[in-house]
Amino acid sequence: MFPTPIEKRSAAAQTTYKALLPVALVMWLLPLIAVMLFSIRPITDFTQGNYWGWPSSFDLIANYNRVFFESDMPQYLFNSVLITVPTVIGAVAISCMTGFALGVYRFRGNLLIFFMFIAGNFVPFQILMVPVRDLTLGLGLYDTKAGLVLFHIAFQTGFCTLFMRNFIRALPYELIEAARVEGVAEWRIFWFVVLPLMRPAIAALAVLIFTFIWNDYFWAIVLTQGPDAQPVTAGITQFNSQFVAQYQLMSAGSIVAALPPVIMFFAMQRHFIAGLTLGAVK
Amino acid sequence: MLSYYKRNEIALTPILFLIPGVLFFAVYVIIPIFQSLSISFYQWDGLGEAKYVGLRNYSELATDRAFEISLWNNIKWLALYLLAIPAGLFIALFLNQNVWGIRLYKSMFFFPFVLSQVVVGLVFSWFYLPREGLLNGFLGLFGAGPINVLGDPTLATYGIIAAGLWPQTAYCMILYLTGLNAVDPEQVEAARLDGAKGPKMLWYVILPQLKPATFIAFVVTIIGALRSFDLISIMTNGGPFGRTRVLSFYMFEKALSEYGFRMGYGSAIAVVLFLIMLCFIAYFLWQMYQDEKAARR
Repeated sequence: MFPTPIEKRSAAAQTTYKALLPVALVMWLLPLIAVMLFSIRPITDFTQGNYWGWPSSFDLIANYNRVFFESDMPQYLFNSVLITVPTVIGAVAISCMTGFALGVYRFRGNLLIFFMFIAGNFVPFQILMVPVRDLTLGLGLYDTKAGLVLFHIAFQTGFCTLFMRNFIRALPYELIEAARVEGVAEWRIFWFVVLPLMRPAIAALAVLIFTFIWNDYFWAIVLTQGPDAQPVTAGITQFNSQFVAQYQLMSAGSIVAALPPVIMFFAMQRHFIAGLTLGAVK
Repeated sequence: MLSYYKRNEIALTPILFLIPGVLFFAVYVIIPIFQSLSISFYQWDGLGEAKYVGLRNYSELATDRAFEISLWNNIKWLALYLLAIPAGLFIALFLNQNVWGIRLYKSMFFFPFVLSQVVVGLVFSWFYLPREGLLNGFLGLFGAGPINVLGDPTLATYGIIAAGLWPQTAYCMILYLTGLNAVDPEQVEAARLDGAKGPKMLWYVILPQLKPATFIAFVVTIIGALRSFDLISIMTNGGPFGRTRVLSFYMFEKALSEYGFRMGYGSAIAVVLFLIMLCFIAYFLWQMYQDEKAARR
């Protein structure tokens, strides 16, 4: 193990290390802690310049209540859910199929199609912006959740295919050969042999895509306009212009907007990290 | 029909399985790249008739001061964003221990990556506020400041990059933590017996084993640097005086904001950005192709 395990060092080194950990963490999260502290203050603290002293009162519940009951925030959150969940389902379903095709079969153009997915996944969004916006307008889906979902599914298919294909490649190929010898139809091999083995990959990909899509901002402002369809990342700017300079509400609002992927991460941590670090170890 | 499928099952199944994915990806990703290329030769407001202007959009770029600033800022982003890799390695080394509660520490250090860039942008713009911000609160303790990071034309870009480095470092950290976990203990022990330790051990024994992690960290950091848009849009909206624009932001501004709908000109900017990215994409793909060849079965 590198660096040398701390338990093999002197007692003084161990104590220093354990003391250093929380200090380092607080420094690392400092900007975020500041926002959390803002969100529990009353407005009077800001008007009187008491930014970092002891709060004159704790208004946690009042502030968050206003976020939920006096703004469009719930609508935006709901939109985010309606955009994110179908995208996750669509992208994972499609990439299970592409990953299976590219991971199991050998045919001409296999690697070419695979590399097309990877390359497409890396392109800057701006090179797609004008045509995709046009296409969405043409389909009559501008400023709808469906328009965003369709694009997101298509774009995420690139990354998901990379992920799924590499995962399937790592499965024991003998299983598939054995099934073929038994005369099992190919689609049944997919459904009954490969798909059950892909469960961890599906879980990892689902949490990752959930986070990516929930946090998308660029496409939200390119393809949607108002509270009817905009997700919370775009809605938060609207929210902030409603409560200009009321830092306690703006902070509470952004914490609310950030929370779902954070909860998702802490609940599914193992899958999340397994997904992100796929390929980091040979 | 069905018997034809039965006879050619092995050949036909992958095609059928690929159709939805390839179709979707082609319509929304591959074809638009070429459409953008072609739009960049037109003058077009997005609604009326597009007028062919040849390379005029590109020659206008050559004399566009705002484009030049954006390009320079992109270079700053690329160079400074790469700091996330050593910084991530540093934190990973710091956290790669087995003490009580370390798993929670690791997740807490990683957690900025889960926040959306919009929230990161807001958090940091409040952190930088001249009066209310914590940064100036601290500087005040030492009698320094206040500085208005985001209002200063030379400082603002660096302030935004620092905000971007926060989640990016967290990502690199988790890649390295995973990599360190898989480092071969026997090699480490053998090197220790040979007297290697500290930086020497890191450089000659550990880093070579972390190569796959470094490669991924490099890929995601480069992509992240060139994709920077959200933070700029949230924190400064390109200002002060357009000095924090990057190509991705400038393109959006030209093509889709109140400054007018210059789709052709915007597309030309996007093509330039795409070409920069293409150099890196080609390198990534080449690397992956080498790995594929090695892993051929």
